[in-house]
Amino acid sequence: MTAVTDILNALALLSNFVLVPGLAYGSQLALGALGVTMVYAVLRFSNFAHGETMSFGAMITILVTWWLQGKGVNFGPLPTALLALPIGIIGTVLMCLLFDRFIYRYYRRQKAAPVTYLIVSVGILFILSGVVRFVIGPQDRMFADGERFILKARAFKEMTGLDQGLAIKTSQGVTVVTAVIIVALLFWFLNRTRTGKSMRAYSDNEDLALLSGISPARVVAITWIITGALAAVAGTLYGLDKGYKPFTYLGLVLPIFASAIVGGVGNPLGAIAGGFVIALSELLLTFAYKRVIAYLTPGDWVPDGLVQLLATDYKLAVSFVILVIVLLVKPTGMFSGKTL
Amino acid sequence: MGFLSGESMFGGYGGADILQGCSIGVNKGEIAVVVGPNGAGKSTAMKAMFGMLTLREGSVELDGREISDFPPQERVTLGMGFVPQNANVFTSMTVQENLEMGAFIRRDDFSTTMEQVFSLFPVLAEKRTQAAGELSGGQRQQVAVGRALMTQPTVLMLDEPTAGVSPIVMDELFDRVIEIAKTGIAILMVEQNARQALEIADRGFVLVQGQNRYTDTGAALLADPEVRKAFLGG
Ligand SMILES: Nc1ncnc2c1ncn2[C@@H]1O[C@H](COP(=O)(O)OP(=O)(O)O)[C@@H](O)[C@H]1O
Ligand SMILES: [Mg+2]
Repeated sequence: MTAVTDILNALALLSNFVLVPGLAYGSQLALGALGVTMVYAVLRFSNFAHGETMSFGAMITILVTWWLQGKGVNFGPLPTALLALPIGIIGTVLMCLLFDRFIYRYYRRQKAAPVTYLIVSVGILFILSGVVRFVIGPQDRMFADGERFILKARAFKEMTGLDQGLAIKTSQGVTVVTAVIIVALLFWFLNRTRTGKSMRAYSDNEDLALLSGISPARVVAITWIITGALAAVAGTLYGLDKGYKPFTYLGLVLPIFASAIVGGVGNPLGAIAGGFVIALSELLLTFAYKRVIAYLTPGDWVPDGLVQLLATDYKLAVSFVILVIVLLVKPTGMFSGKTL
Repeated sequence: MGFLSGESMFGGYGGADILQGCSIGVNKGEIAVVVGPNGAGKSTAMKAMFGMLTLREGSVELDGREISDFPPQERVTLGMGFVPQNANVFTSMTVQENLEMGAFIRRDDFSTTMEQVFSLFPVLAEKRTQAAGELSGGQRQQVAVGRALMTQPTVLMLDEPTAGVSPIVMDELFDRVIEIAKTGIAILMVEQNARQALEIADRGFVLVQGQNRYTDTGAALLADPEVRKAFLGG
């Protein structure tokens, strides 16, 4: 009997520290990777500015959230930021369209090589990170309000009678639910609407799309609209969950690209799968298993160390190593593909 | 020189001219076939007539109207359809989606046109939910032609529609082309299988180094000993 309880305790422990945070972080990476993959599939370059685009979106959302909070508006148990998010999306979309109109379009007309676009996107990365620090400053910002938890650790213990608590933060629940809605909308758009299909057609075969009367300018604009919206949502959710720190978004570029590439860059399903693979790998490899082992073995077997494969400081290395392995073993990723 | 005609076309890909003054044309309900050795500029001439290549000299006319400066999309709206030589289907999309994309510029109900394509190529109806990239070469070519028919064009340009298919499938495709021409559509077709193509051609053009070497009816070209010797293998 105690054996079952111990297993349940171990599961609750793993859920609390790996599964639940992994689902939330995985959703954030998936949304980020979707943005990168959309740009890659349609505009055919790696957009290194995507992390800063997410930061920009989060910033607009935070500014609007503060303004709403100042007016005494709130969203009950949910974070006020969700009310501000539509404005964040619009702002980010406008920014993307502006950068496309004044920077990327110039290179498109020159038929620039993908590597040129990549360097241009690095330039935009610097511009954006400067703008963000100028507008909101470099320091950490907390903007989550409403109920902090959906499920409190103590409530879980009382409910189940287990020693081990399991907590689900509101930000985690909001992240997963929002990601599911956004992904469902995106897939519906790409597979069911005329415009979405025309984007897939353009991504598949640009010349034939042209011959079919599909307008490249329109496809490009819609791609930026979707990318901007995805970035604003991903950036805001990440900020809600982890607190908004402008510098962290640069560090997100690596896991996001790893997610997109592991899944198969250009493939939306791959971006989602890749996001969860990277997130769960990071957490599983940096988790200290000592207490899990304690639950699952007789008392005196408990090791002295933390039984942690990697210190959390090395979590970026996880994305990097997975990325290298995938590029060596299966460069096309889990869902091979360069098209939407 | 016809419902669709390219007159004295000069042009290329930025370097030397590939097209050296060739003229090509076709009338409604007719099949015109362009043959010639590899690298003669047949595909280039087709691209030029569809506006995918700017002409340095010469003109393209459709129904008596000069369209040399029109971009491809505008030519589509004017009733021209084009099946390029390579990459002529959306491989990651289903057969039905390929046809839908063919009809992209149409805002009316195109379901009857799709049914017409399906009755012309019944195998496509069976495979409508399969990705075009998973089909055989011959089926792919049918998707490609079907896609171009979705705008209900008055001129259909085909660049080597029988490339890489078996002789049986080739005959089958030619039968379909004849069927399409009978509906009054003008068909301009580049073909590697010169003999078989000229047999169904009302007009034939033999292109060499961007110039017209021989121009005549299909039957006359087939009967011409010089043409037979040089281009039809005797
Ligand atoms: N996209 C291109 N860019 C540069 N040169 C090209 C291109 N396409 C074809 N060519 C050149 O133009 C010439 C004619 O090619 P093409 O029109 O494809 O011949 P054909 O269709 O008769 O075999 C060839 O010498 C070929 O190398
Ligand atoms: Mg050719």
